[in-house]
Amino acid sequence: MITAPSPKRIRLLRWSAPILAAPLAGCNWVVMNPSGDIAVQQRDLILISTALMLLIVIPVMAMVVWFAVRYRATNEATQKDYDPDWDHSTKLELLIWSAPLLIIIALGALTWVSTHKLDPYRPLDRIDATTAIDPQVKPLTVQVVALDWKWLFIYPELGIATVNELALPTNVPVRFDITASTVMNSFYVPELAGQIYAMPGMKTQLHAVANKTASGAGFSANYSGAGFSHMRFGYKALDQAGFDAWVAKVKGSRVMLDRNVYLGLARPTEKAPVAYFTTADPKLFDAVVNLCPKPGQRCMSELMHIDQMGGAGKEAAHDIRGLQYDFPNSHVIDQTERNEGKQTAPDAPGADKAPADHSSHSGADAHAQHR
Amino acid sequence: MTTAQMIFGRLTWDSFPWHEPIVVATFCAVVLGGAALVAALTYFKLWGYLWKEWFTSVDHKKIGIMYMVLGLIMFLRGFADAVMMRLQQAMAFNGSEGYLNAHHYDQIFTAHGVIMIFFVAMPFITGLMNYIVPLQIGARDVSFPFLNNFSFWMTTGGAVLVMCSLFLGEFAQTGWLAYPPLSGIDYSPATGVDYYIWALQVAGVGTTLSGINLIATIVKMRAPGMSLMKMPVFTWTSLCANVLIVASFPILTATLVLLSLDRYAGTNFFTNDFGGNPMMYVNLIWIWGHPEVYILILPLFGVFSEVTSTFSGKRLFGYTSMVYATCTIMVLSYLVWLHHFFTMGSGASVNSFFGITTMIISIPTGAKLFNWLFTMYRGRVRFELPMMWTVAFMLTFTVGGMTGVLLAVPPADFVLHNSLFLIAHFHNVIIGGVLFGLFAAINYWWPKAFGFKLNQFWGHVSFWCWNIGFWLAFTPLYIMGLMGVTRRMRVFDDPSLQIWFVIAAIGAAIVAAGIGAMLVQFAVSIWKRDELKVEGDPWDGRTLEWATSSPPPDYNFAFTPVVYDADSWADMKKNGYQRPLTGYQPIHMPSRTGSGVILAALATLCGFALIWYMWWLAGLSFLGIVGFAIFHSFNYKRDFYIPADVVTRTEEARTRILAAGGPMA
Repeated sequence: MITAPSPKRIRLLRWSAPILAAPLAGCNWVVMNPSGDIAVQQRDLILISTALMLLIVIPVMAMVVWFAVRYRATNEATQKDYDPDWDHSTKLELLIWSAPLLIIIALGALTWVSTHKLDPYRPLDRIDATTAIDPQVKPLTVQVVALDWKWLFIYPELGIATVNELALPTNVPVRFDITASTVMNSFYVPELAGQIYAMPGMKTQLHAVANKTASGAGFSANYSGAGFSHMRFGYKALDQAGFDAWVAKVKGSRVMLDRNVYLGLARPTEKAPVAYFTTADPKLFDAVVNLCPKPGQRCMSELMHIDQMGGAGKEAAHDIRGLQYDFPNSHVIDQTERNEGKQTAPDAPGADKAPADHSSHSGADAHAQHR
Repeated sequence: MTTAQMIFGRLTWDSFPWHEPIVVATFCAVVLGGAALVAALTYFKLWGYLWKEWFTSVDHKKIGIMYMVLGLIMFLRGFADAVMMRLQQAMAFNGSEGYLNAHHYDQIFTAHGVIMIFFVAMPFITGLMNYIVPLQIGARDVSFPFLNNFSFWMTTGGAVLVMCSLFLGEFAQTGWLAYPPLSGIDYSPATGVDYYIWALQVAGVGTTLSGINLIATIVKMRAPGMSLMKMPVFTWTSLCANVLIVASFPILTATLVLLSLDRYAGTNFFTNDFGGNPMMYVNLIWIWGHPEVYILILPLFGVFSEVTSTFSGKRLFGYTSMVYATCTIMVLSYLVWLHHFFTMGSGASVNSFFGITTMIISIPTGAKLFNWLFTMYRGRVRFELPMMWTVAFMLTFTVGGMTGVLLAVPPADFVLHNSLFLIAHFHNVIIGGVLFGLFAAINYWWPKAFGFKLNQFWGHVSFWCWNIGFWLAFTPLYIMGLMGVTRRMRVFDDPSLQIWFVIAAIGAAIVAAGIGAMLVQFAVSIWKRDELKVEGDPWDGRTLEWATSSPPPDYNFAFTPVVYDADSWADMKKNGYQRPLTGYQPIHMPSRTGSGVILAALATLCGFALIWYMWWLAGLSFLGIVGFAIFHSFNYKRDFYIPADVVTRTEEARTRILAAGGPMA
C-alpha cells in the first residue's frame, strides 16, 4: 500500500529531524522533537506530508521563477517563441490536473490511515515503535478539568489530584478524560501528544504515552478569557520510582478535594500555584461533566435518562430548579479572592472560603426529593 | 430604573475608557484629525460636492471607489492593531506584563481579526467587483443601483460601530469568531460582544444585498454575444464569490441572531445549561466561515488571471479548466468547514472526511497555478507592478497552500492547531493571496478608474518592503508554531522565544514601511498625474473594460459592445474594430438618491441603541427604517436620460484625444 511508509524511510526522517532543527539548537522545537510516542508519530506525519507536497511544490516554484525569467519581454532569445494565441493543450491539461491529484491520493490515503491510527479516542496498541502493549495492561486514567484559569488533574486510581502539575510514569499508557468547567479550552502537552478541546458539559478523550523522562510545559491552546496567558501547567514524565515518590508527595498533602474545595477552586483566578490533594469523591469528575458539581444542581445524565425513559411529562416542564449552570459575571475575578489567594497555603487554595453547606446532594437526590 | 438609565440604557460616564491612556491619546488624535478634516471640507465647500457626487451616487464606479477608500481606512486601523500586538508580544518576557493589560490586548486581537476580514478584505473585494464587473460585461451599471448604494452604506455603518467601540465601551474579548459560551452574556456581560454582533449584522445586510446585486448583474446584464463561457475570468470568479456570499452570509446572520437571542432574550441555544450546545455555534459559524475565505480569494484568482494574461500578451491558458476549477472550489468550500476544529473530537472517520475534502481543494487550486504558469510560457512577460505582485503571489501563496494542506491532516493539526504556525499559515494565504491580489488589482485598474498610472518607483519600494517584511514577520511565527507556541498569548514564560518575536516585530515595521510607501505612491501619482496620464488602454488590455475611456464616462459605453470572444477587447483590436463616431442616442440612467445613506444611518443607530440597551431609541430607529423604506418606495423619480448631445460631446472629446495621438490610440 502506498500509504504505509517503509520503516527505512521513517528511520531516515527520524534521523534527519534533529539535523533539520540543528541551526536552531538553542531553541526547543518541541513539536519536532517530542518525547511521547503519539507526538513522535504526529511529527513523522508532518515530515512525510511535507516531503510529499514538496514533490510538487518545489518544481512549481522553480517553474514560476524559470518561466518568469525566461519569457520576460526583454529576453531576445525567446522573442521567436512568442505565441499569443496558444491557450490549450490537452496533454498539459491532463498533466496539471493529474499531478496534484496523484499527490492528493497518496496524501489522502495517508490521512485516512493515520487519522484512524492516531485517533485520540483509540486505546494505544504500542508503547513505542518497537514495543507492543500487553493487552492486559489497563491504562492509567487522568481526569483533566480546565478551570478558569488553571488545570485540575485527578488520578482516580491513585486517589490523588493536583492543580497545574501533571506527572506521568514513563512507558505506561495513559487515558485522559477531559472536560472544562465554564468555557472551551484545549488541553495540549506538546511533549506528549496533540491537543484536544476541553469543553464544558462534554468529555473528550486522549490516549498517550510518555517514553522518556522529561519535564516541560502544557497549556491551554484555546483562548478562554482574561487569564488565558497564564493557563499553563508543569509537565513531568518520571520513571516508575520517581513517579511513585511523586505520588507519595502528593498524598502527603492530606488536603481533601471534596465538592466544596472544588467549587472554591473553580472560581476564576490567575497564576494559580501548584496544589496537591487527596481525593475523596470519586464522582467529582462525572459531576463536573454533567454540570452538577454544586449541591442542588441536577445532572445532565439524569435528565437525559429521564428523557430516554419518555420524559418527565408536561407537569415537570416548569421545574427548572437546579438546571442553571452559567451565572452572571462568571469570569470576573473577585478582588478579595485574588488577595486571599496569595495568603492561602498552596496546597489548600480556597478551602477555607468554600460554602459551609456540606450536603452531598447529587442531582439525582434532588430530583427524587422533588418527585 | 432611573430616568438616565431609561434614556441612556447602560451608557454612563464610566463607559468612556478614561483609564486607558493609549485609547485616550488615540481619541484625542482622532478628534483633532476629524475636526481638521471637517473644517477643511467646510472651508473648501466640499460637502455639497461629496453629497451629490459621491455619497448619494448610484454609479457603480463611484461606489466601487468608496468601498476601496473604506477598506483602506479600516486597513490602517487593523494594521495599527497588528503593530500593537507585535509590540506587546515582543516586550512581555521575563515577568514583564508588556504595555497592554488583558482587557485591552484581548480586544485588540479580536478587533484585528474582525476588522481585517469584514471591514478590509470584504470592502476591498466588493469595491473591486463593483467597479470592474459591469465594465467587463459591457453594462452601464449594476442591476439594482440604489441597492448598491444602500449596501455600501450598510457596510460603512458596521465599520462605524466597530470604530465606536474604541472610544465608547469596549470591543469583544472573544477572538474574531466569538465562540460561546465565552461570548455568552454570563461570561462577556459588557458591550463588547454586542458591538461585534450588531456591527456584523448591519454590515452583513450590505454584503448579502451586494452579493445578490452582482449575481443579478452578471447573469442578466452581459453584453450581447457574451455567453457564460465567453465571460472574462474575473467576472467568473466574481460570480462564484457572490454565489458563495448569498449562500453563506445568511448562515452568519442566523447564527448571530441565535447568539443575540441568548444574550438579549435569555434563550439557551449556545449556553452550557438548559440543553444549549456551544459546539453547534462553532459548526454554524464555520459553515459560513470557510466559504468566507474563498469569497475573499476567488475574485483575486480572477485578478491574477487577467493580469497574467494581459502582461504576458497572451490568451489565458486553459480558460475552460480555469472556469471549472473555480466552480469546483466554490462547491468544495462548503464541504470542509470541520477542519477548523478537528480537535473537537469528532472521531476519526469524520475528521478524515473533512481532511481529505480540504486536500481535494488543492487540486483545482494547483491546476489554476499551472494555468497561470503556462500563460507565461511562450509569452512576452512585462514586469509592470501588477505582474510583479502576481509572481510574488504565486511564490508566496504556494507555500501558504502547502502549510494549509499540512494542517488538513488531522493528526498533524492536533499538534499545530491554534499555534502560531496556524497564524502564519492563514496570513501567508490572506496576505500572499488576497492582499497581493488587491495590490496587483489596484496597480492594474487604477489607470482605468482615474486616467493615470501609479508611480513605479514608490510601487517598487512598497513591493519589496511588503515581500521582505512579510517573510520576516511570519517565518518566526511558523518556527514558533513548531516550538508549540500558541496564539492569542499576551505574556510569555520562555525567554528564548523573545528573539523570534523581536524579528517578527521588525518584519511588521518593514511592512509598515511598505504601507507608507504605498500611500506615498498614491500621493505622488495624484500630484504628478499629468505626467502619468493615459488614454483608454494603457496595458494593451484584453477585456471590455479597456474598450472605453479611462476614466469611463458615467454611462460606461456609448454603444453596448458586441462580444465574440472571451478576450473580447483583444479580439476587437485584432479585427480592426472602429469606434462608432455618430448616431448617439440618449442614455437611460438611474438617479442618485440619499435614501441609502439615511436607511443605513438609521440601521447603525438602531444597532448602537441595541448595544447600549436604549430600547426607546432602538424602537424608534427601527420604525424609522421601516417607515423610510416605505417612503422611499413612493419615490418615482428614479431615472433620467443623459441627452444625446451630452453623449455626443463626451465621445467627440475622446475622439479628439485619440486623434491627437493619445498615449494609447
